[in-house]
Amino acid sequence: MTVPLLEAHELDLRFGAIRALDRVNLSLWPGEVLAIVGESGSGKSSLLHVLSGQGAPDAGRVLYRDPAGAQHDVHAMPAPHLRALHRSDWGFVHQNPRDALRMTVSAGGNVGERLMAQGARHYGDIREIATDWLRQVEIDPSRIDDLPRTFSGGMLQRLQIARTLATHPRLVFMDEPTGGLDVSVQARLLDLIRSLVSRLGLAVLLVTHDIAVARLLAGRIIVMRRGQVVETGLTDQVLDDPQHPYTQLLVSSVLQA
Amino acid sequence: MNGYNFAYLDEPTKRMIRRAILKAVSIPGHQVPFGAREMPLPYGWGTGGIQVTAAILGPEDVLKVIDQGADDTTNAVSIRRFFARTAGVETTTHTAEASVIQTRHRIPEMPLRADQILVYQVPLPEPLAKLEPSRAETRQMHALADYGLMHVKLYEDIARFGHVAISYDYPVMVNGRYLMSPSPIPAFDTPKMNRMAALQLFGAGREKRIYAVPPFTTVRPLDFEDHPFKLVRAPHACTLCGARDSYLDEVVTDDRGGRIFVCSDTDYCEGRRDAAPGEAA
Amino acid sequence: MAYVAVKGGERAIDAAHDWLARNRRGPVSVAEVGTDQIATQLGRAVDRVMAEGSCYDPALAALAIKQAQGDLIEAAFLLRAYRTTLPRFASSLPVETGAMHIRRRISAIYKDLPGGQMLGPTYDYTHRLLDFALEAESDLPPAPARPAPAAIEPTPRVLDLLREEGLMGAEEPGGHAPPGDLTREPLAFPAGRDLRLQSLARGDEGFLLALGYSTQRGYGNNHPFVGEIRMGDVAVEIEPPELGFPIEIGRITLTECEMVNQFAGSKTEPPQFTRGYGLTFGHGERKAMGMALVDRALRAAELGEDVTAPAQDIEFVLSHSDNIEATGFVEHLKLPHYVDFQSELETIRTMRRTAEAATPQEGEPA
Repeated sequence: MTVPLLEAHELDLRFGAIRALDRVNLSLWPGEVLAIVGESGSGKSSLLHVLSGQGAPDAGRVLYRDPAGAQHDVHAMPAPHLRALHRSDWGFVHQNPRDALRMTVSAGGNVGERLMAQGARHYGDIREIATDWLRQVEIDPSRIDDLPRTFSGGMLQRLQIARTLATHPRLVFMDEPTGGLDVSVQARLLDLIRSLVSRLGLAVLLVTHDIAVARLLAGRIIVMRRGQVVETGLTDQVLDDPQHPYTQLLVSSVLQA
Repeated sequence: MNGYNFAYLDEPTKRMIRRAILKAVSIPGHQVPFGAREMPLPYGWGTGGIQVTAAILGPEDVLKVIDQGADDTTNAVSIRRFFARTAGVETTTHTAEASVIQTRHRIPEMPLRADQILVYQVPLPEPLAKLEPSRAETRQMHALADYGLMHVKLYEDIARFGHVAISYDYPVMVNGRYLMSPSPIPAFDTPKMNRMAALQLFGAGREKRIYAVPPFTTVRPLDFEDHPFKLVRAPHACTLCGARDSYLDEVVTDDRGGRIFVCSDTDYCEGRRDAAPGEAA
Repeated sequence: MAYVAVKGGERAIDAAHDWLARNRRGPVSVAEVGTDQIATQLGRAVDRVMAEGSCYDPALAALAIKQAQGDLIEAAFLLRAYRTTLPRFASSLPVETGAMHIRRRISAIYKDLPGGQMLGPTYDYTHRLLDFALEAESDLPPAPARPAPAAIEPTPRVLDLLREEGLMGAEEPGGHAPPGDLTREPLAFPAGRDLRLQSLARGDEGFLLALGYSTQRGYGNNHPFVGEIRMGDVAVEIEPPELGFPIEIGRITLTECEMVNQFAGSKTEPPQFTRGYGLTFGHGERKAMGMALVDRALRAAELGEDVTAPAQDIEFVLSHSDNIEATGFVEHLKLPHYVDFQSELETIRTMRRTAEAATPQEGEPA
């Protein structure tokens, strides 16, 4: 595959005097994990917001290539198309799983919803697929009828992942997927994400402030500071041999911690 | 009635309602907003149905009004009187003689004809309202045919109870495109809507929506392939006429748990009794 | 006992109406209340009915109150239903509250100001002690002679003083399109300010009072101050096409409240005050103030504030503010629902039979 799945060209975004995004370019290829790393205020969240079509940039374009190979300008897309995209070929894993899950609907219902929205009409089949996904995210399948409010934080996040992946998206946006979880729970979740991503051949745009997460999951990394991309490259290369002073600062502060 | 137009509403208002009805008929199952007026009856008591009836009624029409299937319940009486006074049209309790039937919560047992119109009173036109209270959001869902949420509700029922636990106002798919609330008719009545010969009009006054099912349109209750829609009915015969296929009202007859079951559709029951006297169960 | 199908709904309704009429009149030994008495001595009730009935006619409002035995929501309903039948022959020009013949005018944000603080006929500083002297009808001693006022002092709007200093945030000008008409088109969301204000103006006083109160207690607080309350008469003018100039067709009493609220500024705007606006028929300060608090709360999304509180939720507030819609739907629960309930009975009986068949009973072999 030689064509990028997602491309961003010269993205600019300002809030008054603050430049949230300053001439940002990036490309994401099918099946690769790209981490966007930076401190709070770096613009990484704004970037994810714009890339996923949820907020328009002041300048620049985001281009997406659909399964048929046709290219689309994400922000010129009619709202219904974007919405349909978010329910099929794209997925979005939120930092707080409660933002994406229906807390009053059972685990099985949460996983099955996107399938039903796409026309799945056989209860038994939907249940089987949901059971299988629960197993894949290491949730005991006997909990399929339990409500999410009985789940721990780590389980909720895994349920969100199952719900997101149920329609086999090719591109998944992840916003601090392990934020707010205990270190040991994080480790398990990261392992799971890594294995799912590689097994399913997902392309992932991962926003994180945690360099260790980037190192574990991402093949390529983008370092952001004050809305600008200050360094980009293969993760190991950038983290082992940072060129930009800011990246050096980031990397060294992690080692000291 | 002095000082009022035929059927109470002024002509511009009727024109506005008829335009909404035409739009509704053109897009089966889609809710059309309309500038509902305050009526002399309270919101929630049939003002939508009344406005639809008032807009389509002509001097030659014969009007039947039922509530819970009966002509004699107090609100049906009140509405029938309203039209008798403001339109002077002939009224009837016999389904077969009516050209316009306004109903609350039931479909008559006997199949309707192509020259009849059924006007439903609708309290909550939005089938997704109990799952998603924001109308701005549900409007998006209808526009995108994004009905996963309703299927999730049915899924949850089956997971919890073993079957769908909706006993009235059963959500239906109209013409394969729009999810619609049939109004709070018992689930038992839902199949009657499918490919009905009569025009079905729905009026919600307080929520200000009109929708329609044109004659011979497909109306399918939502279900799963392996959990198909099932009729629910008290497993008895009518005590008065012996019918085993009509929807029954349960009547408590004494304080020791005695109860009998009678047809909810009073005209249907009477008709059966007149045709075959002495055939009670 | 053989079952006989219930009949007689018509007779029951007629009997109920007879009894109602007799109740309304009360004992004939007591003088019948006159609509003129209601209009002149129960003016606050009349004002509320006009506001929520959305129709300015004190005589009709008084009649509605008499017919409804003092139930003000029922009276507002009568007035609204009557309003529906009235032909619409013109739209007035916007009323000029700046040119109001003021009977009461106060501001909480300045100690003194052009036009002065005029208390007017207010209950504000009364002591809430029941006055048993009122039980007996009496003639008041003649009012003390008051010197005729000199030329009416110009009374500029308080918020204009803040505007001159550049401290009031600009509001979206409504100039281009004519304002929407809530009585002709159904409300759709998102709703613009014109329709929101119309909806609030006819909204239930209690509901708006409670929501406004909730903002003060922290559910969407916006630090309100009363910039100005003014009550008095304004001219209502129309411009007939045949004449080409405006003519006054009458005067109505209005209460107007402008709240000054804080606005912390955002990444794009320096800090400024923002306005909440309330307007109601007659003398209705509680309503006008509640409305102003809620108007400002509903602007939260437009001003880039977090929408976290019920009073800030446009769809929630406007869908439930009309007490005539509310009372209709709440009270409709009294109508027969036995057909649907029958379905629920059958469903629950079936589910219980299934459940009982599945579990072995105590004392029986499994």
